[in-house]
This record gives sequence, C-alpha cells and structure tokens, in this order.
Amino acid sequence: MSQSTGNRQLRSPLGRVRGLGAAKEGVGHWWAQRVTAVALVPLILWFVVSLIALIGADHASFTAWVRQPLNAILMTLLLVAGFHHLQLGLQVVIEDYVHHEAARIASIVAVKFSVVLLGLGGIFSVLKIAFGG
Amino acid sequence: MALSILHRMAGVALGFGSLLLVYWLASAAQGPAAFAQAQGFVGSWFGVLLLFGFSVALFYHLFNGIRHLFWDAGYGFELKTAYSSALAVLAATAVSTVLAWIVGLSMGVR
Repeated sequence: MSQSTGNRQLRSPLGRVRGLGAAKEGVGHWWAQRVTAVALVPLILWFVVSLIALIGADHASFTAWVRQPLNAILMTLLLVAGFHHLQLGLQVVIEDYVHHEAARIASIVAVKFSVVLLGLGGIFSVLKIAFGG
Repeated sequence: MALSILHRMAGVALGFGSLLLVYWLASAAQGPAAFAQAQGFVGSWFGVLLLFGFSVALFYHLFNGIRHLFWDAGYGFELKTAYSSALAVLAATAVSTVLAWIVGLSMGVR
C-alpha cells in the first residue's frame, strides 16, 4: 500500500505506471488472442471450403493449387495466425486447469515448442511446394 | 452455459486437427507417393467423418468466438440476448457446415 497522501488505490504508483498488473504482461496475451481471432474469421471461411474441394485431389492438382500465389499466401497466413491463436488458447486452458506450478510451466513451454515446430513444418511445406520443390 | 465449455473443447479438438493439416501439407511437400497415402486416409469414410467433425468444430468455434468478441466489447450480456445469440451460433454453425460442404464438393477437383 502506498504511503503517499491522496492515493486511495492498493496498487503502488510504480505499479500503476507500468500498467502490467499481476500477470506482469498487461493485456498483451488477451489482445493477441483477439487480433488473431479476427484475422482467422475470413481465413477459416476460405480454408474450410478449399479443404473440402481438395478431398479427392491427386498430387499434381494439389501442388498446382498450393502454387497459386493467393493460396500459398492465405495458407501461410492461416498457419501463422492459427498456430499463434492455438498457443494462446491452450496456454489459458493449461493455466486454468494445471495447478501444480512446475507442471504448469513445463506444459506451457512444451505446448509453445510443439506449436512453433508444427507451424514451421506447415509453412516450410507450403513454401517448398510453392517454390517448386 | 454449456456453450462456453464447448468453445474450449472445440478449440482443443482443433489443435489435434491441426496435426492432421500439417501431416497433409508435409506429405504433399514430400512427393506423390506420400501424398497418395495421406489422401487415401482423408478420402476414406473415417477421414471424411473426421473432416466433417473438423469443419463443425471450426465453424462452431468461429461463430461462438464472434459472440465472445461482442461480449469483450461490452454487448449482449442481457440474459435474453445471450440465449438468442447462443441459438444464432448453433444455427449459423449448422447452415455454414452444410453450405461449405455443398460449395466445396461442387468445386471439387475430382
């Protein structure tokens, strides 16, 4: 509690200036989850229809589809926004249900590493096809 | 409400679905043989069922996510509005899933 006169808040002046709160990161996580959500709305609509259209495709027609610049760009964007959103969401789920601190931190880090690895694997595959690999 | 925990469950399920997406892309990058194997699985009745579930989870999470965004902005908290937006989410999920499969299959490359 602050000693300064006229300060009726529990937060110290330094805490208020930093504006980061108890989680020490402010609204960064919350905001990133919303921004990726908004980005994913049009991307998902495009993705679901494309996915269904590609169900029976052979290798030649699938790679031809990926090679079209618009598809390669949208698929890369989907992977970036989607896996970022997935990491943020899984972190909240873990924080809510895993109460043992070491287990919580370990699973959050494990999820982060796996999601980055998966996302990168997907992006690398798209680019490899797009650039004629 | 039940829709809230469903939102999380759909999100986690989509996380598992993303494994399949990366496997699919990686197999295409690897070559025709690997891709034929992946497409054989995706085209099987179990693969199509999985894909159908994936599309339902995606649309549900998308529309309920939009509902959450409105709540974040401070709208729709009245009980009556919350109930009707829940119904709207379920209706939009059903309609979009059917529409996406009609449009997707009619655009199909087969």
